[in-house]
Amino acid sequence: MDGLKQRIEKAVHCQPQATVTILSSLLAVEDELGYISREAVEEVASFNRATINDVWAVVSFYPNFRTVPPCEHKVEVCWGPSCHLVGAMPVVASVLEAAGLEDEGDTPDGRLTVRYNTCLGACALAPVMSVDHHLVGRVTPEKGNALVSRVLNSQEERAG
Amino acid sequence: MAASFAEIRDQAVERWRSLTDSQTPWIRVGTALCGQAAGAEMVADAILEQLEKQGLSARVSRVGCLGLCFAEPLVDVLIPGQPRVVYGNVGLDQVPELVASHIGGGQPLADLVLGCLGDEVGDDLPDLQQHPMKVREQRIALRNAGHIDPLDIYQYIASGGYEALNRALTELTPAEVLEEVNASGLRGRGGAAFPAGTKWRFLAGSNAPDKYILCNCEEGDPGAFNDKGILESDPGTVVEGIILAGYATGANHGYIFIRHGHDGPIDRARAAVDQAYDLGLLGEDILGTDFSFDLEVALTGDSYVSGEETALMEAIEGSRAMPRYRPPFPAQVGVFGKPTNINNVKTMAYVPEIIARGGEWYAGIGHEKSTGTAILCLSGTLNYTGMVELPMGINLTEVLQEIAGGVPGGRKLSFIQTGGPLGGVLSAEAADLLLDFDIFRAAGAILGSGGIIAADEDTCVVDLTRVLIAFCQYESCGKCFPCRMGMSHMLEVLERICRLEGTSDDLALMRNIGENMQAGSLCGHGQLGFNPVASALRYFPDQFEAHIIEKRCPTGRCQVPHFSPRLSRR
Ligand SMILES: Cc1cc2nc3c(=O)[nH]c(=O)nc-3n(C[C@H](O)[C@H](O)[C@H](O)COP(=O)(O)O)c2cc1C
Ligand code: SF4
Ligand code: FES
Repeated sequence: MDGLKQRIEKAVHCQPQATVTILSSLLAVEDELGYISREAVEEVASFNRATINDVWAVVSFYPNFRTVPPCEHKVEVCWGPSCHLVGAMPVVASVLEAAGLEDEGDTPDGRLTVRYNTCLGACALAPVMSVDHHLVGRVTPEKGNALVSRVLNSQEERAG
Repeated sequence: MAASFAEIRDQAVERWRSLTDSQTPWIRVGTALCGQAAGAEMVADAILEQLEKQGLSARVSRVGCLGLCFAEPLVDVLIPGQPRVVYGNVGLDQVPELVASHIGGGQPLADLVLGCLGDEVGDDLPDLQQHPMKVREQRIALRNAGHIDPLDIYQYIASGGYEALNRALTELTPAEVLEEVNASGLRGRGGAAFPAGTKWRFLAGSNAPDKYILCNCEEGDPGAFNDKGILESDPGTVVEGIILAGYATGANHGYIFIRHGHDGPIDRARAAVDQAYDLGLLGEDILGTDFSFDLEVALTGDSYVSGEETALMEAIEGSRAMPRYRPPFPAQVGVFGKPTNINNVKTMAYVPEIIARGGEWYAGIGHEKSTGTAILCLSGTLNYTGMVELPMGINLTEVLQEIAGGVPGGRKLSFIQTGGPLGGVLSAEAADLLLDFDIFRAAGAILGSGGIIAADEDTCVVDLTRVLIAFCQYESCGKCFPCRMGMSHMLEVLERICRLEGTSDDLALMRNIGENMQAGSLCGHGQLGFNPVASALRYFPDQFEAHIIEKRCPTGRCQVPHFSPRLSRR
């Protein structure tokens, strides 16, 4: 596998679309690495002939950007109004419990990130969550808990 | 030498015929966001696996949204010469039997059938067109949704796609195209309901050499999924609409703007653009004429306010999505400093049919100054949730009680929330309104982008208002303090009301904050952000009073520990 630096360069330099900007470069890095490293900020700045400060302004604005390496898995839970009305709160609570977290964030062992989402776009099948980018609709607290446990166990199996 | 449009169309029709008339069955699986959330991708994979295992042959396409999201996953089977059968709620374990019985034995699996689509209806099978969600529909923007493969431009063309563009480029002047849109009375579907023709005229009036058309699919409104739904189901109609807008206004560049991470709409929009280039429908000298137009898909990060027109331009330029001061207006100084027109996905999706059938035809549908259809996203506590396209002028109560099948479990409807988090809250009684932009506005709600969230009597309106303001707080871009501080402050007040710790001054305090936000905010987010509270107070003053004065939540739903994620974007 390429080193981190090569992966960043490739993501930034080989964007397929015609309009290349600070934001598009950052999104390309996020797709490649799952986070925006310090080196990535520098690369995006020099590629776009911008300052480090210009790039940080963008990174810090959009909450999808992380600045530390991603966890192995990511679970998102929607708290938008459609989901709220049909039981998103108990799902949030059970997902957090299964992950052993008090609030959104990463588990200390780096295995799982839990994020709140304002709308995952499948409101007709609320409550909605996503597991490693796959949407799951009509979740119950039990199902949310089971999905998180399954994700955590699958990693354990691989490691063991 | 590129093919002529007639050649392209002949090729498309030939391909369509081979799909629908050959002896090979055609299986369509709905894989829009709602389908995905119900596991449709796995169902599609299982169908392929079973076909192979059982030694059967059929074509399998992943299509968009028929609108019946409540019954996802939907599997639609067409065996030439037989009725087209749609199955609902298809589970993975039912796939082997479905494939064996219908594809293998030619016998539909009656228990799972939702209904038949098309002129022919099978014996003893229901007619899906008579389903409450379907029977009053009039599909214009959604005409192809769920029927065609969104990754195949030829299927769009075989369904009449690009006829309008071909006709416009060869028979109509730009002014004539603009006049059709004007005559249609088409109003923007992104929220403000501004007449599209008028906006196009602003741009057409500029003789700058570089002009831009932007199509807004940010769609951050929770409860709205029709923009993503259209791009996932029929991106061709949006692309064609944008090219027509470019022709009418003399613009040569366009962007479709989508939030990063929504891979379905992004991939399908990109494919529709690439394929249009391949066929000479985009790029230099389109269809051999001297009109040229370039179109690109641009992505944004997570930011609701990036859907605001000037913030969107900032995001396309790669910056923080913070709104700009106006004037100058986008038609003078827009993206990259060039004159720009911006429309919502739905607005653009109507344009090809308006050009194909004439502005007058479109103006004849709908109600007074709200011409055409409303594309509604029905969610919340309703029996039939999903996406429907209805002529304007239908009564909202009828939509909720009949088309959406009312509230499950015999409970009563309590309130509805329309037009996204900057829209309003209406009581069930006040929902006796016609679908019409102006009637909605007068009632303190916004029809806007078409999100309709229904809540039954077991839900608390004060609690929902808190969630809406929590959203507005989370998404404030932070540029101006009446909104940034106002949203935080208002959320604090609503939280304490929900904890039954509110004081008798709190309602006046919220009104005061709301007035300041309205007067002192730069963009619609702050200006309209008090709407949900104002309308909830208007229709449910007793609910607020019960929380504040009697210290009780009439539904008991505020007792649940609640959370409101905070974000500060300074
Ligand atoms: C905070 C905010 C968010 C908005 N988000 C969207 C959006 O997601 N999609 C959209 O089409 N319009 C959105 N709008 C409205 C746009 O500014 C703009 O009016 C619209 O895209 C114009 O299209 P139309 O004329 O076709 O309605 C938003 C406005 C505000 C103030
Ligand atoms: S009103 Fe709110 S969202 Fe709009 S510019 Fe001001 S702070 Fe940003
Ligand atoms: S509100 Fe939860 S998916 Fe839209």
